[in-house]
Formats: sequence, structure tokens, C-alpha cells
Amino acid sequence: MLNIGPYSFHSRLMLGTGKYPDFDIQKQAVDVSETEILTFSVRRMNIFEPSQPNFLEKIEVEKYKLLPNTAGASTAEEAVRIAKLAKASGLCDMIKVEVIGDPKTLLPDPVETLKATEELLAEGFIVLPYTSDDVLLAKRLQDLGVHAIMPGASPIGSGQGIINPLNLSFIIEQSTVPVIVDAGIGTPSDAAIAMEMGADGVLLNTAVSGAKDPVKMAQAMKLAIEAGRLGYEAGRIPKKRYATASSPMEGLSTV
Amino acid sequence: MKLHINGESVEVPNSVDSVTELLTHFQLQDKVVIVELNKHILEKENHALTTVTDGDRIEIVHFVGGG
Repeated sequence: MLNIGPYSFHSRLMLGTGKYPDFDIQKQAVDVSETEILTFSVRRMNIFEPSQPNFLEKIEVEKYKLLPNTAGASTAEEAVRIAKLAKASGLCDMIKVEVIGDPKTLLPDPVETLKATEELLAEGFIVLPYTSDDVLLAKRLQDLGVHAIMPGASPIGSGQGIINPLNLSFIIEQSTVPVIVDAGIGTPSDAAIAMEMGADGVLLNTAVSGAKDPVKMAQAMKLAIEAGRLGYEAGRIPKKRYATASSPMEGLSTV
Repeated sequence: MKLHINGESVEVPNSVDSVTELLTHFQLQDKVVIVELNKHILEKENHALTTVTDGDRIEIVHFVGGG
């Protein structure tokens, strides 16, 4: 079980809801992924198009925990406002703090992320900050009392996988709250590696929504995350420099 | 009266009195929307009791796909 704040989840996969080819494919992908947490963004509505469809209307909302993000914010103040808007929907009390500091790399601004996190914790939110792979920043966020830490594997949407496994392993080792690897996952093996390293979960979006077959990729990610977790729990063998025979040397039949 | 909704100047009938009526006017009453009135975020249960007046600055937002 994955425990975040007062909530428990069977699935360790969190799925983003952006950039799918259409709602039908997205719905199928969400179903096969067996995710229990869906992320969303908060944006202005086109009030002159009341009939515009919304993905929330396509799913049984009560089956999921909604994890809105503060994407679009570049300051703590903006992030806090977006979080409060999301909570006023009455549908959620979790928030993914995402304060982007640079439009090209979409890397998070550490100072503003820390400020927003502190304020939202004081407001009673269940806070999951998206952060870089900086080990000390992860620790500072944890010390504030976050409910999970979400270090990026690599830049958002880049599909580069885990580019700093050493730092990620340090973050996982020191953490007393769940570590969710968020952003940059490209393949099922990337997700499996994160889980084998001891991550508590994976949040991904583009790897599924941008795949040639998003539904099949959603299933692949589900299986990879389950496999990676089982592998972590089972405990891998140590790496050795030379071979060790698996077959016995005794009793060899010779002529 | 004239309201500023989502950064645009919008003319609505004077009969629109509350936030609930405003949402109904735009046929948004059954949608998941969040309303901010003059930088004050409204809880859903307060929509009916909150009046809108000429010149108000209103943000109407909702959830969209995102990661």
C-alpha cells in the first residue's frame, strides 16, 4: 500500500491527464493503468462554450483522488492561489506544488517551491511538491512536513528517464515520506528502474499520452511499476565482477 | 452591467444578481467550475449568496488535462 497523508492506494502509478489524442483513448488508458490518482491543471474556462467536453465528466470522479497541480505558476504566490482555486472545487485537498523557474527546461524554482509548500502546509493541504533531484532540497521539503516528495527523473516531457540515479537513490534513502518519481519517464523500463531503486511510486503523463498506442503503454507502465516494486521488495543479488555457475560442478557425466 | 470575466469585458443582463445566476446565464450551472470574485475565491456553497455588481472582476476556472 502507498500511504500519502490520510489516504492509502493500491496502485503506485499516478497518471497525468494532458495531451491525449482523445477522451475515449484517455479513458481506456486510465482504466487499464488501474491508477487511483489523476493529476489535473487549473485554467480559465471558455465561458462562451458551455458545451465543451471535460475529461472529469467522462470518468467516475469518486473512484479517483484528484491531484491538481499548480503548473503555470512561476512564484509561490501564484502557486498558492492556484492551489486554493483547486481546493474550492470541493473535489480535492491534495496539491502538486509545481513552480516552474525556467520556460526552456521547465525545471522547478527551488526557493519558490519551498515557500509555496510551507504556506500550503500551513493552510492544511496534503502537499506533494515537484522538485529537482537536489538531495538537500528534498530534505528541506521533508523537514517542512510534506506528505510526499516528487523528484523529477529528468525534464518534464523529455522522456530521458532517470538521468541522475545517484542523487535519486540518496533522496530515497534519506526520505521518511513517500518518494514519487515525477517527470521525464520515457519507457516502462525507466519506471521499473525507479521502483527497483525503492521509489514509492511514479507519476507520468507524456510517456503514455504521447505513445503510439497510449492504452497499451498505460498497461505496460502498470506492469513495469508492479514488477519494479516486487523486485525491490524481493531484493536484488549483488553485482559481481566474475561469473558464478548456476549449475553444479559435481556429478558431471563424462565419457 | 459590465463585468470583467477571465480578463475580458462582458455585458450581462442587470437581472443577474448572484454568482449562481451568472453561471446559469452562461449555462455553466452543471459544470465543475471555481469562481474568484475580486480576488476572493468562493466556496461553492457561497455562490448563491454572493452578489455580482457592475465592474466586478471575475475569474471562472476549471480543471483541464495536465501532468
